[in-house]
Amino acid sequence: MIPWRVRLEKRLDPAWHLAWSVPVLSIIGALVASGLLLAMFGVDPIATYRAMWKGAFGGLFGGDLYSASETLVRATPLILASLAVSVAFKMKFWNIGAEGQLIMGGIAASGVALFLPAAAPGIPQNLVVYGVLMGGAAVVAGALWALIPALLRAYLNVNEIIVTLMLNYVAILWYSHLFTSVWNDPEGFGFPGSALFPEYTWFPKLFGTRLHLGLLLGLLAAVIVWVLFDRTRFGYEIRLIGDNPEAARFAGVSIFRNIVLVMLVSGGLAGLAGLSEVAGISHRLQQGLAAENGFTAIIVAWVAKLRPWAVVLVSVLLAAVFVGGDQIQITMGLPSSVAQVVQGVMLFFVLGGDIFSRYRLRVFRHVVDMAPAAEAN
Amino acid sequence: MDDNGDIAVAIRGLTKRFPGVLANEAVDLTVRRGEIHALLGENGAGKSTLMSCLVGLYSPDEGHIEVATAGRSLRQVDIHSPRAASRLGIGMVYQHFKLVPNQTVAENIILGAEGVPFVPKMRDVEQAVGALADKYGLHVDPSALIWQLSVGLRQRVEILKLLYRGAEILILDEPTAVLTPQEADALGATLRGLADDGKAIIFISHKLGEVLAFSDRITVLRDGKNVATLATKDADKPGLAELMVGRPVLFRADRDAREPGEVVLSCDGVSANDDRGIRALSDVTFSVRSGEIVGVAGVTGNGQAELAEVVTGLRKPTKGKVALHGEDVTGKSARRFIDRGVAHVPADRLGMGLAGDLPLTDNFIMKRYRRAPVSAGPFIDSSAVADLSRTYVDRFRVLTPSIKTLARNLSGGNQQKAILAREIDAGDRAEGIPFIVAAYPTRGLDVGAIETVRSALLEERLDGAAVLLLSEDLDELFVLSDRLIVLHDGEVMGIVASADATKERIGLMMAGEAT
Amino acid sequence: MDLDLFTSVLSISVFAGTSLIYATVGEIITERAGILNLGVEGMMIMGAVTAFAGAFHSGSLLAGLIVAMAVGGLMALVHAFVTITLRADQIVSGLALTLAGVGLASFIGERLGPDNGPLVGLRGPRFLDVDIPGLSELPVIGEALFQQDPIVYSMYVFVPLVWFYFYRTRPGQELRAMGESPQTVDAMGIPVIRWRYIYTIVGGMLAGFGGAHLSLAYTPGWSENLTGGRGWIAIALVIFATWSPARAVVGALLFGGVNAVQFRLQASGTSISANLLNMAPYVLTVLVLVLISGASPLRKRLGAPAALGVPYAREERT
Repeated sequence: MIPWRVRLEKRLDPAWHLAWSVPVLSIIGALVASGLLLAMFGVDPIATYRAMWKGAFGGLFGGDLYSASETLVRATPLILASLAVSVAFKMKFWNIGAEGQLIMGGIAASGVALFLPAAAPGIPQNLVVYGVLMGGAAVVAGALWALIPALLRAYLNVNEIIVTLMLNYVAILWYSHLFTSVWNDPEGFGFPGSALFPEYTWFPKLFGTRLHLGLLLGLLAAVIVWVLFDRTRFGYEIRLIGDNPEAARFAGVSIFRNIVLVMLVSGGLAGLAGLSEVAGISHRLQQGLAAENGFTAIIVAWVAKLRPWAVVLVSVLLAAVFVGGDQIQITMGLPSSVAQVVQGVMLFFVLGGDIFSRYRLRVFRHVVDMAPAAEAN
Repeated sequence: MDDNGDIAVAIRGLTKRFPGVLANEAVDLTVRRGEIHALLGENGAGKSTLMSCLVGLYSPDEGHIEVATAGRSLRQVDIHSPRAASRLGIGMVYQHFKLVPNQTVAENIILGAEGVPFVPKMRDVEQAVGALADKYGLHVDPSALIWQLSVGLRQRVEILKLLYRGAEILILDEPTAVLTPQEADALGATLRGLADDGKAIIFISHKLGEVLAFSDRITVLRDGKNVATLATKDADKPGLAELMVGRPVLFRADRDAREPGEVVLSCDGVSANDDRGIRALSDVTFSVRSGEIVGVAGVTGNGQAELAEVVTGLRKPTKGKVALHGEDVTGKSARRFIDRGVAHVPADRLGMGLAGDLPLTDNFIMKRYRRAPVSAGPFIDSSAVADLSRTYVDRFRVLTPSIKTLARNLSGGNQQKAILAREIDAGDRAEGIPFIVAAYPTRGLDVGAIETVRSALLEERLDGAAVLLLSEDLDELFVLSDRLIVLHDGEVMGIVASADATKERIGLMMAGEAT
Repeated sequence: MDLDLFTSVLSISVFAGTSLIYATVGEIITERAGILNLGVEGMMIMGAVTAFAGAFHSGSLLAGLIVAMAVGGLMALVHAFVTITLRADQIVSGLALTLAGVGLASFIGERLGPDNGPLVGLRGPRFLDVDIPGLSELPVIGEALFQQDPIVYSMYVFVPLVWFYFYRTRPGQELRAMGESPQTVDAMGIPVIRWRYIYTIVGGMLAGFGGAHLSLAYTPGWSENLTGGRGWIAIALVIFATWSPARAVVGALLFGGVNAVQFRLQASGTSISANLLNMAPYVLTVLVLVLISGASPLRKRLGAPAALGVPYAREERT
């Protein structure tokens, strides 16, 4: 038997430096662990990471912006989706359905772009008007899709994790149905995808790269969410509910109202992510709209501890991992799922590392002797 | 030293530390077979910690324990788990029962017992339980589900659990906290029967009356140290109280005379159900006036919690009328009550009273965040929040490293002070006379904190507030209240002026005897 | 009702439901102990791919099964460590496992084939149907229930065994108590931590085993996203079954049945798009949850293990 015992003890005063060092160390730990995992499958981790970095940032320090811009493009929908998830998670409402809400937003925006011009030719056909219309449609669609689990939870106390998840699958199947049959491009020779959107609906590109308006939307959303969390009554109410619903009830906060509001905001933001992809990049409804952003958003939200500015940073970081991952598919013949593995492992490490900021390890000796008693009291 | 032969358990020089707290310091304690030994002390004196070491939940940092059970002579042992304690013949009945609510009595009794076969024959278990029950007068139906049983019966199950495992040293932690005075007497008789059979019994209490009534010897703990061990026949209440707190204690505080003013809260024929849909309050009628404290006496679980919830808007009554300052607020939302100036110091600090992982500032604005100056439209003014927080911290002397410290990291006493500060101030004078509901406000606090809380309540009373006080401590109720309501089974058994009441009369009412 | 139709639907229901039953019962065991494991999808899909890879390379079906269970158990061990010992949030840990698991399964599916190539589309060893003499000739149900593969048969034995364990044995009683009141169980001297580890790992192994049935019998073979969310449906089924192994079978058969109906419709050349048909199980899951939630809030409260999802710490003060 081991003569010591190790115990986890609560820290009385959480040291402030841990708020920084723990996530950073966790990410480093995750990279190491993923590297080991790669090595186990016969892949050279160092070469892989180097290739990933090159793919994600390229000659950034030499003035070549292209790779870095690709990373930011990849980060754009992720920022919006992660903000969506953060808003819900702040209230401990587990919105796993950002993927589906994103897709619904994309569908709605596509619908407007594809069919409104013909149906209502009187509406001015320019970017501003259509931008607003598509954006509005995306937000409403995402919000409504999120409203379903919100109402089910508020009225019937149905577990939101499963409902949001199932709705993801439904949304994916529905949009597949749309772009392969009903909305399929009649001049597309059977190619699975809708017709191309009219050019005036396309988001303008920035700096000669594929970067588009969506990024600005994302950054703006981050600021708004920050204000919401930090400075408004709504933000106060949701963090109170998130920490202690009993206390919230006690303070007269309406949990029902907040579940609905939070999910409307969350779904709306996710819908914007869908808009961003469809109007900024693909300009049609096709495969790969969501690219699992809804799930990656969960990782981002957690690692960023739901803080909007951190969400932006971590989104860029994970986007870099993805873009790098795509590159190594070409340069090293590795499947891009490597990126997903790295992210899953990263989430784990941050999760585990989080513990050490709240508890401390204590080792102490464990008495084993059994000497006979001497005298009485 | 043939005294040795009679000793069942001896604790020598035990010291136990927790982060930031020295719970026990060099404690010596000896209990003999056939003896009922009371362990007395205030909340936080170290009684539970000491017994937890004896029962294997904690391990002592210094000192050791000697045990003489199962036919062996007194020897030093290392008790590293409850199972090890059980093998040594030591068992504990906890204050919060360790029972699985949706399993039967018999299943609970064999849970974790040694020697139970892989496929247990429940019939044999029921027979064995029956035999034990007969021997010690602890009758209970072995096939009943725990959640169906009353508290007194559940306690019997707990004792039977120990006896089934062959316990020779029985520890009971605050056993009468949830019993009426009459049920407590019955327990005392049971304990005497067990002691006469050769068991050694230790019971933890902070109630002087029952300690004097049931025990043979008493050990008093204060601040983690053993300050005295004496024979019960040599002890009296004032002496014990002084040992417990370290200075002479007044049993009746001076309450300034004050003529009660207008009616602030009135309940008329109020009935309500609990969370399970079972009737918790029946036809309750009473009122609280400005400048008085009305205390609610009764064994916990007789409707007090539901009463507090009804008068703060957290529970809708099924019948009857609740009125604040004459305005009918029956069934309105909690928010309406809060807006009308109702302050609620809840029983459960970290339950509904505070958001543990949020900073103090967030906790302080819980009742005020919808009003100026904290709120500015949909926004929250953070400098107003900081000012408010600092005011509370200063006025109530809440000890905290900063106003941004997480609520969970404060000590129990400081948490309670923070809640008090927030609640008492929340009853904004502009709204009229405040109504304060204080539910077990001194539970789990040390003497200094208790004093602060009580003074605050008395101060508010002098200022004209109407206070409804729930407490498990009859002494506290007598000290603070002008009038007493006794609840039994959700019904008001009587409303008496505290000056005219005696403990006996109140005890009878608590047990359901109207007088 | 056309008996042939009934037989055919029942047969497919049982066949399709087997993997679900194993995953669901595994999760019931884990949740009864008080641990919420949302990583079932990740464990199932990893079980599927490793079972196929293992069986393919070794030629032995048994090896495939063992590998699947080992992998599922290993993933569950990680979850147990993170949530029990490190006391991290159980929901996030489970999600992380699923994300990592799905990604890793995809990676393995691309790299663990012959010559480091993909496993997709390959033909590997599979469990063939075995007729049970005598029983398989029973009218109507004989063909449906007793002309299945050995894993389905193992399920017939497995479920009653689990039921017996839960309700008639001492450790089963302790398991049931653990999710209700871990402090009680701990105070009675039963090592809660150790048992939670064990039951979490068992749950993971069973999820892996369920996944193995998919790749070694049902599909068979491997393709991207083989499990298609079955792991999540299993978690929903746990709630539907109110944490009882016997009722889990009913739920799994229901979903198996939906699969069967989908097949029949597609086989009969319906004009309904495959995408829309495939929505059925997911929509059904939501409906089921709504129904049992709306039915009786009190019943649901009595159903869920009271301490589910809450980390247990013995020396917490305040």
